[in-house]
Amino acid sequence: MVVFDKPKSLTDAQLHYCPGCTHGIIHRLVAEAIDTLGIEGKAIGVAPVGCAVMAYNYFACDMVEAAHGRAPAVATGIKRSLPENIVFTYQGDGDLASIGMAETVHAATRNENITVIFVNNAIYGMTGGQMAPTSLPGQVTQTSPYGRDVKTAGYPVKIAELLSALDGPEFIARVAVNNVKNVKQAKKTIQKAFENQINGKGFSLVEVISSCPTNWGMTPDAALKWIDDNMIPYYPLGVFKDKSAKEEG
Amino acid sequence: MENKVLMKGNEAIAEAAIRAGCRHYFGYPITPQTELAAYMAKRMPKINGTFLQAESEIAAINMVYGVAGTGKRVMTSSSSPGISLKQEGISYIAGSDLPCLIVNVQRGGPGLGGIQPSQSDYFQATKGGGHGDYHLIVLAPSSVQEMADLTALGFDLADKYRMPAMLLADGTIGQMMEPVVLAEEKEISKVNKPWAVTGTEMKREHNIINSLYLAPDELEQKNFERYEKYKVVEENEARYESFMMEDAEYCVVAFGIAARVSKNAVVAARKQGIKVGLIRPITLWPFPKKAIADAASKVKGFLSVELSTGQMIEDIKLAENCKVPVELCCRVGGMIMSPDEVLGSIKKLMGGAK
Repeated sequence: MVVFDKPKSLTDAQLHYCPGCTHGIIHRLVAEAIDTLGIEGKAIGVAPVGCAVMAYNYFACDMVEAAHGRAPAVATGIKRSLPENIVFTYQGDGDLASIGMAETVHAATRNENITVIFVNNAIYGMTGGQMAPTSLPGQVTQTSPYGRDVKTAGYPVKIAELLSALDGPEFIARVAVNNVKNVKQAKKTIQKAFENQINGKGFSLVEVISSCPTNWGMTPDAALKWIDDNMIPYYPLGVFKDKSAKEEG
Repeated sequence: MENKVLMKGNEAIAEAAIRAGCRHYFGYPITPQTELAAYMAKRMPKINGTFLQAESEIAAINMVYGVAGTGKRVMTSSSSPGISLKQEGISYIAGSDLPCLIVNVQRGGPGLGGIQPSQSDYFQATKGGGHGDYHLIVLAPSSVQEMADLTALGFDLADKYRMPAMLLADGTIGQMMEPVVLAEEKEISKVNKPWAVTGTEMKREHNIINSLYLAPDELEQKNFERYEKYKVVEENEARYESFMMEDAEYCVVAFGIAARVSKNAVVAARKQGIKVGLIRPITLWPFPKKAIADAASKVKGFLSVELSTGQMIEDIKLAENCKVPVELCCRVGGMIMSPDEVLGSIKKLMGGAK
């Protein structure tokens, strides 16, 4: 009897992520949601530019590779063309919160019926550890070698809070994947973001606080602790907007 | 009996696109192509289609990329500064081998330029425009009728060769009204698109729409394959109109609104006994090289008439291969030459040519 197996909607391709990176967990949670809801045959994913650029090789459903930041626009086109299909994007912080900010905000305000998985690890991973829009004040990166100085580099962008101020989006939540309890909550939340789309509710975004041991310069273990000590205090977890719950409640 | 209607060029594009089976339009407001978007905004909701005013030109072209990936006919339209913004997406669409139609109703540049007609995006349209090695099929309408006809042709060629097509119009043809006969709405010729992302339905391997190839040998191979396809397009799809070329001693080359002006100049010159003809490229890529090369062995000189400081003239020179002189007659910035100015340039060419 198999008690633990790879989700069916992940391919057999070997992931290229660094040791200790939490992208693997998040891929698995997305795939588990797709499996549980039985939507692999209808799903179309949009991969970003960044560490998850090759996600199109890892998800077994149909996939499209978008230009940097443009995934919500690409997903909009796909969903408008095929409204019965399930369309999701998987994007990092540079992609979604910097270069793709306009596409993100406008897909949200149109309440496009898509699911957005937003991986926030406070750094540009693929290009080798530059300051991200979500890097914390004082955080040392390759392009903030003396620590992020908010006087010159500005403050981190709190995407969940920012988007939840819009009238458009259906569901905005923030989760983390640094311990078992948080992973369980993340799994439930990601599944809900897909259920919302199936039920025609509209734009659902889950921000996932993630780690980058390589570019943070930490062991995987220390990176998970750094999330508890530094990331979550700045980026509190929870549901920021849930239009249907508000209506029902 | 043919059903003639009076339409603006921009509206003719929109109606022709709908009749060619396009049900998805994404755009962003910009002069002088606005009528096209306005027409789509009215019509698309009535025929179960998509009209979406995107947050930017960049978003619009990426929405086009999304729909094109699903295998449906899709288009966007803009004018010069907006087309510059779309170049990122156009490069991705070309690099992913997707069909779509992009309309550029050109205005004067560079920068914000002006809002009057221009042809100064010739290089951008025919030499790639965005990053990387690629081409678009570029169609240059010279009348409102051609706005409609070449729109339909653009969709067909894009599907046939699995590459983006561009309708390179100008503010004059976009804004002016002429009688036009619109084709009946037809069943889209069923082009098989097994590569499209439509959901696997658990019946096939997953399809991936992508332009990333990290292995250099693989990327090289992809580029070479695409250029093999481009060769076929160049061999089969070059289109042009030849006017009074049979006995011509001089050849005017012009497209779009500049060709309309040039035709009047050719007629005026003929009345004065000057043996001059016109070659009007209808496709700018592929450029009608053979027609120019053939003419080069018969005429004493070429005159390129353009609303740019001389862009198409380079393609004329490449095609005629230094056989005879090639001169330029141009106005830019939204100005249009008069037939008299073209006639003057023809006479100047005659004086200089040996």
